[in-house]
Amino acid sequence: MSLIDLANPTRFLALSARVLPWLAAATVILLAIGLYQSAYAPDDYQQGATVKIMFIHVPNAWLSMFVWGVMSVASLGTLVWRHPLADVAAKAAAPIGASFTFLALLTGSLWGRPMWGTYWEWDARLTSVLILFLMYLGLMALWRAVEDPSRAARAAAVLTLVGALNLPIIKFSVDWWNTLHQPASVMRMGGSTLDKAFLIPLLVMAIAFTLLFVTLHLAAMRNEILRRRVRSLQMMQASQKAA
Amino acid sequence: MSLGPYASFIVTSYAAAAIVVALLIGWVIIDYRNQTGRLRELERSGVIRRSGRSAVDTPKTTI
Repeated sequence: MSLIDLANPTRFLALSARVLPWLAAATVILLAIGLYQSAYAPDDYQQGATVKIMFIHVPNAWLSMFVWGVMSVASLGTLVWRHPLADVAAKAAAPIGASFTFLALLTGSLWGRPMWGTYWEWDARLTSVLILFLMYLGLMALWRAVEDPSRAARAAAVLTLVGALNLPIIKFSVDWWNTLHQPASVMRMGGSTLDKAFLIPLLVMAIAFTLLFVTLHLAAMRNEILRRRVRSLQMMQASQKAA
Repeated sequence: MSLGPYASFIVTSYAAAAIVVALLIGWVIIDYRNQTGRLRELERSGVIRRSGRSAVDTPKTTI
């Protein structure tokens, strides 16, 4: 099966139905391993046990940007190649991305209170992630507000690509501005500054959350395809009644 | 495993993540049931796709 075959929604439904149980099982296993490792990771010499919040906060923060990246690629698919599943992929990803961004903000806040002495600070990293969260909500509202799916798809794709400009701002905000948030400590030139005792559980949790996203995204895409079938059948029904 | 003086912040973080993930899983399951239910209802009322295939059941495929 080639990639182009997946452009057919019916084939996508059949393939995803076979893949989903395996993805869900892999997610559960990796999450269990990650949570076990997180629970028994040693305390940090400065932060104590609050370092455990990192194993939840960082994967969600990574995914908040990754999901927008996926939506940006899908938006190119909508605008350039008019791929039939591109808008489905973008629309299905938005609520999941918004949830991960919400969790990144909430857990960051809960980590910040004991470590920084405040739940919130209007610094560049926190503010740019809050803007990302608001953009997710705005996109979801746009899809709901425009009744014609093809018009909504194009408008959402343009907005998504404009919003992608925020991703490098989020990533490099800690380098460009003097922020309360710490600079990058995992993905950085010269390698990670984290000890293996923290790095391994963090990477396991990051992979587990990424698998969770892929699983939820495929399931949500299936639902979106079915929702569009419902809409087209309802329109057929309405035209049959009118005739 | 001792969580120290900031246990409430740690527990709240993990609990919030568990609740949000559970809500996401619940959302996709309930949405799937809603859509398949609506499609079956439409098919029962005689509205079928132009291809004549069921909108709910998917053909088997090989990876």
